[in-house]
Amino acid sequence: MKEAIAGTLESGDIMVKIGPGKGLEVELQSSVEAQFGRQIRALIAETLEGLGIKDAHVDAIDKGALDCTIRARVTAAAVRATGKDVWKD
Amino acid sequence: MMFVPGNNPGMMADAHIYGPDSIMLDLEDSVTMAEKDAARLLVHNALKSIDYGTTEMVVRINPLNTPYGKKDVEAVVKAGVDVIRMPKTETADEVRELEAEILKVEEEIGAVGRTQIMAAIESALGIVNAYAIATASKRMMGIALGAEDYSANLKTNRTPGGAELLLAREQIVVAARAAGIACFDTVYSNLDDMETFRKEVELIKTLGFDGKSIINPRQIEVVNEVFTPTEKEINKARAVVAAIKEAQAKGSGVIAVNGKMVDRPVVLRAERTIALAIAAGVISEEEAL
Amino acid sequence: MRNSKVVSLEEAIRRSGLKDGQTISFHHHFRGGDKVVNMVVDKLAQMGFKDLKLAASSLSDVHKPLIEHIKNGVITGISTSGLRGELADAISHGLLPEPVVFRSHGGRGSAIAKGELKIDVAFLGASSADELGNATGHGEKSVCGSLGYALPDARYAKHVVVLTDDLVEYPNMPQSISAADVESVVVVESVGDSSKISSGAIRDSKNPRDILLAKQAAKVIINSGYFKDGFSIQTGTGGASLAAVKYIREEMIARGIKASFALGGITAHMVKLHEEGLIGKLIDVQSFDKVAAESIHNDPLHQEVSAVEYASGEHLGSATHALDIVILSALEVDTQFNVNVLVGSDGIIRGAIGGHQDTAADSALSIIVCPLLRGRIPCVVPKVTTLITPGKSVDVVVTEYGIAVNPARPEIAEKLKEAGLKVVDIKDLAAKASSIIGTPDPLPFGDKVVGVVMNRDGSVLDKIYNIK
Repeated sequence: MKEAIAGTLESGDIMVKIGPGKGLEVELQSSVEAQFGRQIRALIAETLEGLGIKDAHVDAIDKGALDCTIRARVTAAAVRATGKDVWKD
Repeated sequence: MMFVPGNNPGMMADAHIYGPDSIMLDLEDSVTMAEKDAARLLVHNALKSIDYGTTEMVVRINPLNTPYGKKDVEAVVKAGVDVIRMPKTETADEVRELEAEILKVEEEIGAVGRTQIMAAIESALGIVNAYAIATASKRMMGIALGAEDYSANLKTNRTPGGAELLLAREQIVVAARAAGIACFDTVYSNLDDMETFRKEVELIKTLGFDGKSIINPRQIEVVNEVFTPTEKEINKARAVVAAIKEAQAKGSGVIAVNGKMVDRPVVLRAERTIALAIAAGVISEEEAL
Repeated sequence: MRNSKVVSLEEAIRRSGLKDGQTISFHHHFRGGDKVVNMVVDKLAQMGFKDLKLAASSLSDVHKPLIEHIKNGVITGISTSGLRGELADAISHGLLPEPVVFRSHGGRGSAIAKGELKIDVAFLGASSADELGNATGHGEKSVCGSLGYALPDARYAKHVVVLTDDLVEYPNMPQSISAADVESVVVVESVGDSSKISSGAIRDSKNPRDILLAKQAAKVIINSGYFKDGFSIQTGTGGASLAAVKYIREEMIARGIKASFALGGITAHMVKLHEEGLIGKLIDVQSFDKVAAESIHNDPLHQEVSAVEYASGEHLGSATHALDIVILSALEVDTQFNVNVLVGSDGIIRGAIGGHQDTAADSALSIIVCPLLRGRIPCVVPKVTTLITPGKSVDVVVTEYGIAVNPARPEIAEKLKEAGLKVVDIKDLAAKASSIIGTPDPLPFGDKVVGVVMNRDGSVLDKIYNIK
């Protein structure tokens, strides 16, 4: 796995940087930390687990992204980092 | 049909609140190569999770002869898209190739026949082959004009009057009608000139187009206004349809409304007016009878 | 001149007899450009005052320096209509020893007039003043128009100091603050940053969501039964509220309907309609932009009113009692139609009550215009974070997902349905919001009361707790 980024700092988006790590470490800065911080961290971990990734360090800056956007950005970053796509060729 | 770039999560989340008839999420020209992979995931997840209500969902994929096209098809078919818009369509073979790709994915998920196709024609060759493209697949629900690439292909540029698009527009309407499918006109990108936009919408309505592509919610109202029949037109149409019914009941052959003979084209036009009025929500189906 | 009241700020403070623990007051007509509060409190701190209570009509981001003064014990209590920025954030985290007392504009005016809010020394900035203290919102260096929020202070405070950066020849007419109420006049370099006091004409929003909300709000008004010749209206200054004026105007022209008056914070939009003959008179408690400020100065049919005359609950002659329609915004609306305009969904104070409670309660038709969601923050919720305006005052809520009508107004729901508008149950709106963004975790509130929200009649409506 190498380091990769997906997403932007625009409103409604989340910027996800993923790189090698021990276990799943998620560091999150969110504009809705109090209300959704816990749920967003859980979703990031869940998405990575769904991709079979058990070891990674994630830095995310969230600007109020919906769950579908978080899944998309985390998956994109993971795909870019591992070189393994979720679609067939 | 409202264009929404596929790499903009904020816009994709609620584009439907403005009431466009359909939304086209774009994976092609509005997304840079570096972001094609990310946009595909955004569109896939948006289609799966966001409740777009009754809005028809369309995705413009990248051509199949790019590294992105096939993955785009997989991603959007698996997300349940209504229509795939294929850009820069030039031949009927290209349509069949896409159809095969779509079928492959649909078979994998057990949803055969669910996805429709819309072909965007954006070159001289595409215009020449318009009818062949329009009839290349049962999934083809409509063809559309992409004027930017088309006019470049013709080695001219776009003008406000649209003289360079005359043949293309008429060819697309004719091909669509001969094939029994819908036809859509191209985008107008100057949001500050609503006047010229309105004139263009009026023109393409006269030419026979079913609808127009738009790039901003502000344009929705103008398109709806131009395409929605006026009260006068609706009343006239109802009079025609009522006269037909009356004549049929009496068994009489010749029908006249306000002293004018009413023959088949008039009746068809009246029925289309009423259908448009119902679609626009101006009258209910019961009121139309 | 003889009997000139002009003195230095320090001398004015000395003459006022101000003591530790007493109450000082300010108005907020200079909005984001205000320099008076910071200037005066800095001086008071310098002079060694402690434990002062600050009664402002409102406070904003520009009053961040108060944080230091609070830490140093110069200011130990605040009452205001609103708080914003870092000051608000600090107070939400427990900076002040006492809870902030939040009142609406009408509530503050009322409290001052009744003697519930006793002001020892009022420090009132003015765009111009003469040497005896006649002060107005029109001057060489700054223009703020109406001084409506300063008038109750001028009349009822024990001691009044006027600060100005434009000393003019006596008599300064027509005066807003009367020399008869003024003890000292202080001339300063600048009372406010002109560019931030009032914008140039506020431009129409091009945001498609604002336009959608505005059109819906206009349709609600037009089909409410209140849209007839001689109606009266007040709007907030949010993008959607101002844009709604444009669509209402089109219909007024089409039907030949004229409004008798517009009330409240007056903007260029209202002035334009008035000058076109579509609105008879303008009743102005706050002039939001330069156009409004010039108009109030020049036009006899555009008049200043005090906060009491504007919105006091128990003075039945206050203008809100004559108001037909008001368009307001909200941070949150809940399924009982209660509204929150003061505390963010993260529990941090970030707004102001303004005239919300007053206009919603007294007007014939109150309309809240707000998006269903602001990003991932829901605006229609099961229960508001803080109660500012009780649901019984709120008639209609307009969102881009549909319009909800208070069950207490079935006749309005009928009319709107007949007009083809999408009328929905407010509970469905709240459910729609949470289906899109999920259910937020409970906020980390602590046990310290950092704010108390007063009702118009002086009773306590809600408490705001600190955020840990």
